Amino acid sequence: MDMQVKKKKLGLKEKYAHMTRGLDWQPSYQTKEAVFPYATYEGIKVHDWDKWEDPFRLTMDAYWKYQAEKERKLYAVLDAFAQNNGHLGLTDARYLNAVKLFLTGISPLEYMAHRGFATAGRNFPGVGPRVACLMQAVDEIRHSQTQIHAISNYNKYYNGFHDFKHMLERVWYLSVPKSFFDDAFSAGPFEWMVAIGFSFEYVLTNLLFVPFMSGAAYNGDMATVTFGFSAQSDEARHMTLGLECIKFMLEQDPDNVPIVQKWIDKWAWRGVRVLSLVSMMMDYMLPKRVMSWKEAWEIYFEQNGGALFNDLARYGIKMPECLSRASIDKEHASHQTWSILYQYGGAAAFHTFMPSDEEMDWLSAKYPNTFDKYYRERFTYWREQEQKGNRFYNNTLPMLCQVCQVPMAVTEPDNMLQISYRESDYKGEKYHTCSDGCKQIFDDEPEKYIQAWLPVHQIYMGNCFPEGTDPTVEGFDPLAKVLEWYHLVPGKDNMDYNGSEDQKNFNAWRGLATKND
Amino acid sequence: MAVKAISKYEFAPADSVDKFHGAQLLYVCWDDHLMFCSPLAYCLPPNTPFRDLCEKILPKSYGYHPDWAQVDMSKATWLKSGQPFAVDMDKTLGELGLKHKDVLRFKTPGLNGLNGSGF
Amino acid sequence: MSKVFIALQTNEDSRPIVEAILADNPLAEADYQPAMVKVSAEDTLVIKRETIEELIGRDYDLQEIQVNMITMSGYLDEDEDEFRLSWKN
Repeated sequence: MDMQVKKKKLGLKEKYAHMTRGLDWQPSYQTKEAVFPYATYEGIKVHDWDKWEDPFRLTMDAYWKYQAEKERKLYAVLDAFAQNNGHLGLTDARYLNAVKLFLTGISPLEYMAHRGFATAGRNFPGVGPRVACLMQAVDEIRHSQTQIHAISNYNKYYNGFHDFKHMLERVWYLSVPKSFFDDAFSAGPFEWMVAIGFSFEYVLTNLLFVPFMSGAAYNGDMATVTFGFSAQSDEARHMTLGLECIKFMLEQDPDNVPIVQKWIDKWAWRGVRVLSLVSMMMDYMLPKRVMSWKEAWEIYFEQNGGALFNDLARYGIKMPECLSRASIDKEHASHQTWSILYQYGGAAAFHTFMPSDEEMDWLSAKYPNTFDKYYRERFTYWREQEQKGNRFYNNTLPMLCQVCQVPMAVTEPDNMLQISYRESDYKGEKYHTCSDGCKQIFDDEPEKYIQAWLPVHQIYMGNCFPEGTDPTVEGFDPLAKVLEWYHLVPGKDNMDYNGSEDQKNFNAWRGLATKND
Repeated sequence: MAVKAISKYEFAPADSVDKFHGAQLLYVCWDDHLMFCSPLAYCLPPNTPFRDLCEKILPKSYGYHPDWAQVDMSKATWLKSGQPFAVDMDKTLGELGLKHKDVLRFKTPGLNGLNGSGF
Repeated sequence: MSKVFIALQTNEDSRPIVEAILADNPLAEADYQPAMVKVSAEDTLVIKRETIEELIGRDYDLQEIQVNMITMSGYLDEDEDEFRLSWKN
């Protein structure tokens, strides 16, 4: 008689051990130091790489299985979206400007993250982190590809989606996210892990992906919410890797603690400054809002990050000091950043607009301490001027922070009417930063930040015009030439949403979709 | 502190004055007028008269603001890097000792933004 | 005391998972937001394979959660039977 004996499978822990250990070999004709040249120069001491364990215990076979399932689900939704004129289900085409910012400012960073994790994986001498970095490198390129595929649907109908890669390396505000990743990528593998694996993935991506993607769902953007959550399902694993990496470094040697602390301080603040762009996406660019930036900050940073830092206290790690500053800024970040993009909206790659009365009421309910006190009057004035045909565009380039590269619009924590200036001298040259956090980062590694590619300075050096441009000719219009170099058509790809081609087309097409003519 | 690196880490600054074709950067901010979100960046030859800055250049940038029409630049008070700074309309930027990437702020007494709001 | 949480996409795959979490963690709370549900609890949250299997009537591999998970907070410890999130102090 046949007996069906269920073959005893390996337990998860055993399987993980088999598939992530003993895969290595000892180099024979090269030294280990020559094979892993970046493993020690940052000062991190590792005594036992085998202490590294991925808590998900994910192995490559399971990884391919689940990732394939995610892809099948995602592309089914994207097909349905494209086949059913999904873009007409949006609340309003104003929303698409957030997606444009996402495509130009975030998707290329996913690609950088892919390169960064591939490099980190190559440079770690331990097998555990190498396997984890490999998976994350594959995840990140998937994110970049799926975002480009999903968003390309909009490129068939709307302006501003046409040349994200070209723009990333040129358009002024895109230097903010780009320089963040360049900074991390040019650091060593351990700093990269703290910068991206920990500060960005664990502490900050929740603020980007979770409420914003939920917002995409709320605004009828099935394509974005699907790639967003599909990406975010990987992020949970990335966060775990980031946290594991921190824990590993802290447990390996007490000498690692101050180094890790310095990196956490630096990258928490770098992250906060980049996220000022996300703050305005949430508060101003979503026609239907899920939660305010401030609420998201409180839930995902103050509560969640707070729990994390409470826990890391046992290693001697402290909450970065600059974050108390960020808790003041949470009341201002989105309003101040939107003011920047609104007034320089003639040089942006998306449309800007002033909130309606109803939207301002929402903002004042969500920001009872600051919106009516500081911002309502400003935005009401700008809106009135726009209605009179006198829409405000700042016609002079702004001063930028040497570190975060955001225009110097941050105000003093105790005086919201005073721009904060911080200055450093290095080798006879002056450098300006927007905050104590950015100044500290500059002063710690001036040699790195003096190389910053600051868009405003580059324009003045004459490096941002199409080839063959002669800036000395009579009547030279620098802005027109810069936009040409950006591959942006003024008025079509940018300036105010009201009166734009996107607005007219969306309204006309939606009309056709709901009526028989 | 030095950057930790595997070899010598030394670079020329990306924005040194020699790259600006004879001009230099000057940042200017009109205090109490946050309609302009941040200080403005100008690229000017050092022989630019300070008067030209006040009478030709700044009006193009700030003229949109309703306060600007009432501004009397001869009464403006100036700060350089946060310290009081004596200006002279008849001197050039160079003669006033303004260097590449200096930052100037000015206040216009009695004019503090729309309805005195700092905007 | 700190909160741990897990957020899942709202769909038919995650409905029984959320149900199982709420059954196994009496103090857990579910917060439904557009397209997602976030389940949080003080200090610890456990997802048990057996409970999910009872609800869906088939074998379940806890790693399947990966497909629908959005984010989480806390240290994870996962084996065949349990997916446990907790803070250590």
